[in-house]
Amino acid sequence: MKERLINFICRFYFLLIMIFLYIPIAVMMVLSVNDSRSRVVWGGFTLRWYGQLLSNRQIREALFTTIGLAFLSSAIALVIGTAAAFGMHYMKKSRYALMMGLTNIPMLNADIVTGIALMLWFIRFLPLGFTSVLIAHITFNIPYIILAVLPKIEQMNMSVYEASRDLGATAAYGFFTTILPQLSGGILSGFFMAVTMSMDDFMITYFTKGAGVNTLSTMIYGEIRKGIKPEMYALSTVIFTAVLILLLVVNYAPYAREKVQHRELAQREA
Amino acid sequence: MNRRNRELLASPYFIWSIGFTVIPLIVILRYAFTTAGGTFTLENILAIGNAINRKAFLFSLEIALICTLLCVLLAYPLVMVVRRLHISRRAFMLFFLILPMWMNFILRLLAWQMILSSNGILNFILQAIGLKPLDIANTWAAIIIGVVYDYFPFMMLPIFNAIADIEEDVIEAAKDLGAGPLTVFTKVIFPLSIPGLKSGITIVFVPSMTSFVVADILGGGKLQLIGNIIEQEFTRSSNWNLGSGLSVALMVFVFISMAFTIKDDVVREEPELARVEGSDKPDRRERAA
Repeated sequence: MKERLINFICRFYFLLIMIFLYIPIAVMMVLSVNDSRSRVVWGGFTLRWYGQLLSNRQIREALFTTIGLAFLSSAIALVIGTAAAFGMHYMKKSRYALMMGLTNIPMLNADIVTGIALMLWFIRFLPLGFTSVLIAHITFNIPYIILAVLPKIEQMNMSVYEASRDLGATAAYGFFTTILPQLSGGILSGFFMAVTMSMDDFMITYFTKGAGVNTLSTMIYGEIRKGIKPEMYALSTVIFTAVLILLLVVNYAPYAREKVQHRELAQREA
Repeated sequence: MNRRNRELLASPYFIWSIGFTVIPLIVILRYAFTTAGGTFTLENILAIGNAINRKAFLFSLEIALICTLLCVLLAYPLVMVVRRLHISRRAFMLFFLILPMWMNFILRLLAWQMILSSNGILNFILQAIGLKPLDIANTWAAIIIGVVYDYFPFMMLPIFNAIADIEEDVIEAAKDLGAGPLTVFTKVIFPLSIPGLKSGITIVFVPSMTSFVVADILGGGKLQLIGNIIEQEFTRSSNWNLGSGLSVALMVFVFISMAFTIKDDVVREEPELARVEGSDKPDRRERAA
């Protein structure tokens, strides 16, 4: 009896939190099929915002900028950050502490201060545009990579690599076949975190972008007073659904593969 | 490759950090400590004490404290609920708790604006079930809802990671020794979750103090966070020196308060860290010595 009551309370609480988290998303999805430019009037069901999505040049450009920025900055941060994590692993304590301090500055500092400081520095030598935003995103993405990869390097088993070298592998071949696979989990989660942060960033982009370049966030912010284009709701719904499907596949693919393997094994035995 | 060469792998990052983290901070400090003409002044920093700026600063502090506290209070029960689930279902549930972050940040806030406005969805539901409509739009309560919504996942995840690592045996042992559920929580689970709680606080507190967009959209433009004031110095009044001064004042406050949050952690965990590192990697202790 008591157990059932506790179970009920747990479910109820979980449900409340889910409602809190998903109500705004539901509102966006409803607006994306609302046949009215107003946010408060229901004008009937339509899919035309989805149809017009790709014919709107402004939205298409902002989408490509956002995605290009997220993947390019995360990829560059991945290379610099993974190399840095290796270097830091071999450092003396004092130097390691210095590097960790440098890594913590952008993590702890308020985004608004990071954005303004970068902007004040960029205007001295670089026209504000895609490049300046890219540098800014790489700067705040590197720490996410380091913090995800460094713990994996600490746990890594170096003797496999040494064994591969003893057996005649070149340094590069040994690295790609023995070390990289051990780090892939950390590298992937760091990369995913970096892409998420870059896609969701508004503040730092806002201060470092200059005129002419827009990501989805800065474009929507600029539209608030004029009224948001309903295509934006459609686009957000598409992105949300795409990520949902992607993550479901990534989460369930390993289980599915395992299941198939189990079944094959069982068949072979039978 | 010897160790010296391996260390060099960190040099591109070191150069990057100097170029795009350290130098920008020096530049903003220079703006903060000079007038538009270039002479030294403390006025830009001390401007944080002006009536308007102080009010915005204290209001930001209040919002950040309430937001952080609410996030903590909401996160612990949720984390305990998720912990009760079977391990195979945990990842799935966590995934659904994080997914809303992929809806655009500003659209999420606009959705909240529609829900909370005086003829919005919330009041529609309240009236439908016979309750009095609430006047939340453009108040501090709306800003709180916005920041809690945005930063809640960043509080929940580190706490969950800390609690998920606790072995079931430890909790069973406490129960065997006669601890009730409340004692198990206060004496076992909570203390072991503190590292996660601390990183949650450092992630949530700072942005909730400065996110001027939330105040813009949900505060109706009348309520100002320190972030709004700084932003306006750059975009409207074009007083970059004053804006930099306020930013630096904010930064100093952030680093001091974070130093207090993290400090004790470092002191307490250092010996343990050294022990763990010493056991599986003997070379590090030699290097430290």
